Amino acid sequence: MRIIVCVKAVPSTTEVKMDPVTNTIVRDGAQSVVNPFDSTALELALRIKDEREALGDDVRVTVLSMGIPDTERLLRDCIARGADDGLLLSDRAFAGADTLATSYALSCGIRHLGRPDVVICGKMAVDGDTAQIGPEIAGVLDVPCIADVRELLACDGNCLRVRRGTDAGIELVEAPLPAVITVAKDAAQLRMPAICGVRASLAAPVEVLDVAGVGADPARCGLAGSPTQVVRSFVPERSSGGAWLEGSPAQQAEQLVELVEGMGL
Amino acid sequence: MSGLVVDAERCIGCRRCVRACGSAGIEVVDRLARPTQGCILCGACVDACPVDAISIERDASASGQDLDAYRDIWVFAQLDAAGSVERVALELVGKARQLAAVRGCRVVAVLGEGAGASDDNARLLMSSGADEVLRCRDDRLATLDTEVYARWLTSLAEERRPETVLLGATAFGRELAPAVAVRLRTGLTADCTVLEIDQASGQLQQTRPAFGGNLMATIVCPGHRPQMATVRPGIFPVPDPADGSSLTASSEGDATSDGQTSGERPASGAAADDVTEVKLDPAVSSRIRVLEHEPVDAGASIADAEVLVVVGRGIGSKKNLPLMRRLAELLGAELGCTRPLVEAGWLEYRHQVGQTGVSVAPRLLLSIGVSGAIQHLAGIGGAQTVVAINEDSEAPIFGASDCCVVGDCIEVVNELVAQLERRS
Repeated sequence: MRIIVCVKAVPSTTEVKMDPVTNTIVRDGAQSVVNPFDSTALELALRIKDEREALGDDVRVTVLSMGIPDTERLLRDCIARGADDGLLLSDRAFAGADTLATSYALSCGIRHLGRPDVVICGKMAVDGDTAQIGPEIAGVLDVPCIADVRELLACDGNCLRVRRGTDAGIELVEAPLPAVITVAKDAAQLRMPAICGVRASLAAPVEVLDVAGVGADPARCGLAGSPTQVVRSFVPERSSGGAWLEGSPAQQAEQLVELVEGMGL
Repeated sequence: MSGLVVDAERCIGCRRCVRACGSAGIEVVDRLARPTQGCILCGACVDACPVDAISIERDASASGQDLDAYRDIWVFAQLDAAGSVERVALELVGKARQLAAVRGCRVVAVLGEGAGASDDNARLLMSSGADEVLRCRDDRLATLDTEVYARWLTSLAEERRPETVLLGATAFGRELAPAVAVRLRTGLTADCTVLEIDQASGQLQQTRPAFGGNLMATIVCPGHRPQMATVRPGIFPVPDPADGSSLTASSEGDATSDGQTSGERPASGAAADDVTEVKLDPAVSSRIRVLEHEPVDAGASIADAEVLVVVGRGIGSKKNLPLMRRLAELLGAELGCTRPLVEAGWLEYRHQVGQTGVSVAPRLLLSIGVSGAIQHLAGIGGAQTVVAINEDSEAPIFGASDCCVVGDCIEVVNELVAQLERRS
């Protein structure tokens, strides 16, 4: 059985400093980490591996990322925690990719690795929040996608069964393999690396491929392959036209009661 | 070749770009900035540069599409579990009406229903402002299956070529939209909160909260059609069906002249020729089987609450939660909270208000000890009146409030509870 986990490097901190002159985010070279949703995705993959291997199956978990060369460090950390190997797509020509170009590149990586049984992605990345990569990869590969998986119940070689969130509540669903699933952050907690895992990760194979190496069409990668463009980013205005209630807490509360009564509540 | 370009004449070597970069993608050598292997063309340095020395150059986007062949704004009309049109779809029909008025095009609602569905949904969409409803009544569309819907919408869009496709950023909408966009190989912007359209080009300016939520990003899709966006629920008002209703069925129905002169097309009842029946390819079927369904706990929906008390880290301690519950009870309100409280395990996820939680639209929202991170603010845009209590007068929440109370939130709430108890 082959499981591919897609991971993204994201800034380690959600605390954001602003540059007062240019009103932009100051990141100061903050170390990147694996997107927390993707850590959960890896843990679910490792659980399938543990379970199937106990039954005598052979399961290979590969972590896949598109990113800068430094991302290899994160893939090795995933291997230290139990993944078997990694593939990093790294090339200046991948830079500036929107979700369409990213899902195309990752799909090329998946095809390069051979047809997987399951592709697991985090539901979204904490920096982009688009939640589009998983469904888009499923679209490219033409396989079913189950989004927002809260719990993985079973996964044998033929199908998987999960609990997922929908607009109308939680559903227990079953899909044939191959399939793509995207997972909620709280579906699992990624295990710590074992000493032997750390040792193994140093020697483990992490393939690094550029656009040509993975057989991608450069016109569909990076900036060139991205239909969308960011034309402006700005700090939202915080205009407060609101009324300020003065006085002691008791007086403030009194005015609030008036406001509530004024609304007929 | 596209890429990051530094204007050596302008660059002053101030290193602001280096500080703004999250991927060590730019360095300053001999007082001149230059990109490194780490550059992912995210544009952070472009924004950070105080002298406009950095730009991203791209080759002319070549999709080979004839953009003029695409017209009209489509709104996907998602149905809820009871088979009625989701509120957000009506909000989008209303917004699309405004955009169509600027662009001079029509609003088309796309509706999938079970084989036996009545005309009620189509009629509601028409009276809310749609010029046409594309309807497919087929039992395969009676359940929200992403793949079935994606194949249907994809073939419909390929055949009829909409310029713009809008979907509500519901759980299903955010799963369906990328499945369609990738098949059409077009651009998609997630979870927009502001939409504007260019009259001449029809280019949609899609604004959404970006990185860490501290920035808003405006995104366009210049060379590909349709341009697609999911739009956050609760941002735009639901159009009033009675508004300007002449109830004269427009027999010129699908005429293209309709929206071109005035966008404010008079609302009408659903004339039969405004509803176009379309088909779903017989080969399309669902590959996912739903075995069991656990409906959401009806008593706990903060999304539909009329009054909402929302608490944040500023309430100090979990010990203060009963006081907040008491306040909610006195106001007949539901209790919501910010993400840190859910992460700390004080309240369950279903109480979380904000970008990664629930978007709310109460008449009154009482915000207590909430600083107001933009991810949170993004979820309260639909509230009519926001009252905030916080000890920090600089807290961003006050920027989004109609009524601001600076003070110790526990003291103020204690007083408020006491006075409300006396009242009742």
